[in-house]
This record gives sequence, structure tokens and C-alpha cells, in this order.
Amino acid sequence: MIERISGKRRAWCGMMRAFCYVSVGIVTILTAFMILYVLSRGLPHITGQLLFTVPSMLRNTIGILPDILNTIYIVIAALVIVLPIGVGAAIYLNEYATNRKVVEAIEFAAETLSGIPSIIYGLVGMLVFCQFCGLGTSLLAGALTLVIMNLPTIMRTTQESLKTVPESYREGAFALGAGKWRVIRTVVLPTCINGIITGCILAIGRILSESAALLFTAGFAHNLNGFIKGLSSAGATLTVALYVYASERGEFDIAFAIAAILMILTVIINLLTSYMGRLMKRRNGQ
Amino acid sequence: MNLRQFLAEKGYKDNPRRLAEDLIHLVFLVLGLVAVGSVLVITIYLVVSGLPAIIKIGPVEFLFGTRWASTAAEPEFGILPFILTSIYGTAGAIIIGVPIGFFAAVYLAKIAPKKVRDAMELCIGVLAGIPSVVYGLVGMTILVPGIRILFGVPDGATLLAAIVVLAVMILPSVINVSLTALQAVPREYEEASLALGATSTETYFRVTVPAAKSGIFTAIVLGIGRAIGEAMAIMMVAGNVANMPSIFRSVRFLTTAVASEMSYSSGLQREALFSIALVLFLFIMLINAVLNMLKTGGKNK
Repeated sequence: MIERISGKRRAWCGMMRAFCYVSVGIVTILTAFMILYVLSRGLPHITGQLLFTVPSMLRNTIGILPDILNTIYIVIAALVIVLPIGVGAAIYLNEYATNRKVVEAIEFAAETLSGIPSIIYGLVGMLVFCQFCGLGTSLLAGALTLVIMNLPTIMRTTQESLKTVPESYREGAFALGAGKWRVIRTVVLPTCINGIITGCILAIGRILSESAALLFTAGFAHNLNGFIKGLSSAGATLTVALYVYASERGEFDIAFAIAAILMILTVIINLLTSYMGRLMKRRNGQ
Repeated sequence: MNLRQFLAEKGYKDNPRRLAEDLIHLVFLVLGLVAVGSVLVITIYLVVSGLPAIIKIGPVEFLFGTRWASTAAEPEFGILPFILTSIYGTAGAIIIGVPIGFFAAVYLAKIAPKKVRDAMELCIGVLAGIPSVVYGLVGMTILVPGIRILFGVPDGATLLAAIVVLAVMILPSVINVSLTALQAVPREYEEASLALGATSTETYFRVTVPAAKSGIFTAIVLGIGRAIGEAMAIMMVAGNVANMPSIFRSVRFLTTAVASEMSYSSGLQREALFSIALVLFLFIMLINAVLNMLKTGGKNK
């Protein structure tokens, strides 16, 4: 069959295929290069002192413990707030909503939110949470900004898994006399827990990698605080600390060490999401 | 109307469970409306805080003024350099990133064996998940000196460096969205083409790709949105000087203009930064509108 097509056609096919292979090659090499380069420059500088101390002017040492803790605080605070809102919104859209206009408005809003650049979130977060609500530059203001940023992610993943819950589950529960809320609580939500977890993992990934939205809302202090005190005071997350060390202080070794940590977390998060995806596919297949 | 009357009228009095159910319904409605409220708040705040400076400076002077000197004794606020830089930078990223993303998506959707596809999907996920500051850092330490040496320019922190970083950063979304579109093309189309004697490669590019056209356009528009909104990575590699854009010059984007001066700004300068954010927001809204058009257009077909 191959021999019968003209040379011109064969050349065209060959060229197109070559473009495909080259493009995939570029993507693969790029990914491998990013991971290896960052790890090779960063891993040697990850020391106990870096991980477990605070920056000290006296000893002229840099530690990123406050930044690590700030990142954990902000992830927890943002998730605790965004989960009920996002899951609730998805439940409303999928289970309660009857008015087409309201559904369209909410879906349009979620789509708009997911397209807004993080720098604009940072700016509006600063105006609304730091100034208008009087929170000042604090981790809580940063977390609230991240809540709005991640709302569409949680809504979408929850909604997708709500859609896969078979209608017969709901009907069976209704037939037994359960009210709507009881059906949602005891039948629908437990069935789609995997989707919600996937949404959480995706949101954690986005929070970990966010910097522009946090620069003006959470600030860049490196103080060691407990959870409650930490939320009300300014603090840099790992990404913001990376930016400050690289661009403003020229501490590239520290920056690469942070980058290596972030890179490892990114890979772990991706492995987790693809694992969750496979898990859900298997369950839906049954 | 007092509460008791209200409860009786709605039939809640005899049926407290219904009252609870309706209250829960209301709670979920409120949670659903949080997203709508957020969009409204963002829009209102940007317009309210962005408009005054545009009016004070004058819309024409602000949008088409070619000089930005916000801290000079006689400050000038022309943001044409930022607008053009954002447009050129995005265009450059699209020109480099989209072909690579497109061909990679065709390969992954049609040619790749399952194992390769799974591995590549993980690759693309990682690429998408890498924080933008890490891209900025790698750009700072490799691209910037690389461009300086390769092209013999005094400073490597240029528009070119920003374009390369942006091109890499839009790759994952371009690939993922095109991939989904290509995979959604009905198998019958391809089978018909193969039966008519087209080779598999011809089928992919002359049948599958045109059928997935609207999805691929969506991918490109999404890439434009990503590129125009990116701030931190390009702040680290573009040099951050308010020049008119040129490939080997240090430049400032709409996003980086906001980010770089926000922390020490005051007065009219600060208001002007909000105006820049408003302009950026309008660009994003325009892109969103195009995306919506593509989506509804794709559905009608």
C-alpha cells in the first residue's frame, strides 16, 4: 500500500510525522531538563540548617523554616475555606438548581474566575481583604485571595464527579423516604469523595506554585509563628521567598534549593492526581 | 407579616422537615453565588480604582503615551510600551509555543503508543505544575546569560528571554486542550478517510485536525490568556525597563508594570497602576468572550 502513493504525498507525510516527533522530543527534553537542572543545582544546598532554622543576621545564615511553615498554614487555611464553598456550589449546580439562568450565571462566573491572572487577584485581594476588611498584609488575606482563585478548580472537579454518581442511587434513597439533604450527605457525597480529593490536590498544587497573588496580600516576612499568630501576620511562602532570594538578594543557591523542594512537590502532586484519576476511572468502569 | 404567619402560609408549620430542607437549599444557593459575587467585586473594584487615574491623566495620553516615568519630578504615565510589550510578547510565545504544542498533541492523540502517552501526560502535568518563579529562576540563570553570549548584547534580560519562557509556560495548556479536542473526533471520520485510500498521517492532518478545529482554536486562545496574564516569571527575565518593545531590549509588560511598582507606589502613581490592571483585565475579558464564542460555536455545529 505504501509503495502506491506518490513521492510528493510520501514526502508530505514524512515531513508532518517528523514535525510531530521533533515537537514531542522538545517537550520531553524540556521537562527532563527542567527537573534535572533544578534538582542538580538545588539538592546540594538543601541542608538541615536551611530547612530547620530561621534567617539570622547575626550568624549571616539563611533558613527557610518560616517559609515552609507559612506555606503549610496558607494551604490549610485556604483549603478549609474553599472546600465548603466550592463543594457547596457544585452541589447546588448539580443537585438543587432548577433555574437555567442562575446555573448559567454561576458557571460563567466560575469560568471568568479561572481566566483572571493571578496578579489581578493579588491587587484586588490587597484592596478588599487587606485594606477594606482591615486584615492588613497577612497570611489570612493571602489565603482568602487564594480561596477565590481556587474556587473554580474545586467546583469543576466536584461537579464532574457528582455527574458520575448514578441517578439510581439517588432514586433508591428517595424511595426509602430520605430527604434531599440526607440523600446528598449519605449517598451522593461519599460516592464522589475521590473527585473532591482530586480537586484538593489540584488546589494544593496551585497554592504551592502561586506567587504573584501573594506578593501584595501575604507579604514577605520571614518570622517564625504559630498557626493562629501566623495567619494574622505577614509571611512569605516558599515561592515568594524564592523570588525574593533570587531577584532581590542574588542568593541563587538558596533560590535553587527552594526550587528543588517545589519541583519535588510538583512531581509528587502530579503522581497523586494521575493515581486518583486512574482510581476514579476504575471505579466508574465497574 | 410576622414570622408565624409566614411559616403557616408556606406550610412549614406542620412540616418542620420541609423548612430544614428549604433552608439547606438556600445555603447551597448562597455558596453557589459566591463565585458570581467574587466576579462582581473584582470588576467593580478594578473599575472604581482604575478609572480615576485614566480620567486624570487623559485616556489618550494614558493609553497611547510612549513614556512612562512615574517617579520623575514631572511624572508621565504613558502605557503604550507596556501594552505593545504584552502584545508582542504574547504573539511571540504563541508563534513558538503553538506549533510545538499542536504537533505534540497530534502525536499524543493519534500516533503515540499507550505507554508513551501515559508517560508524556505525566511530563506535561509536571510542566504545567512547575511554579512560575521556578521558570523565572531557570530563565535568569540559563536564558539570560545565554542570550547575552549568543547574540552579543550587553544585557540578556530581554523581550526574547520573556518570549521563550512564556512559550514554554503555555505549552501544557495548548497541548492538553488540543489533545482533548483531537480525541473527541469520531472514529468514523478517520475510518472513512482511511477507506478512501488516505495514509494514516494524511488522515490525522487533513481529517482529524480540521474536525477538531474549534478545540484547537480554544487551545490557542487559552494560551494567549495564560501568556498575557503571567507576571512573576517574566518579571525575572525581561529586565523590567519601560522601553518600547524590541526583541533585544529590556522591557516591561502590563503585568510586571503593576507588580514591580506596587510595593513602593503612592498617590497618582498608585492609581495609575490600578488603571494598568484595569487595562489588563479588559484584555482578559476580551479573551474570555472569544473563548465563550468558540465554545458555543463548537456546540452548535
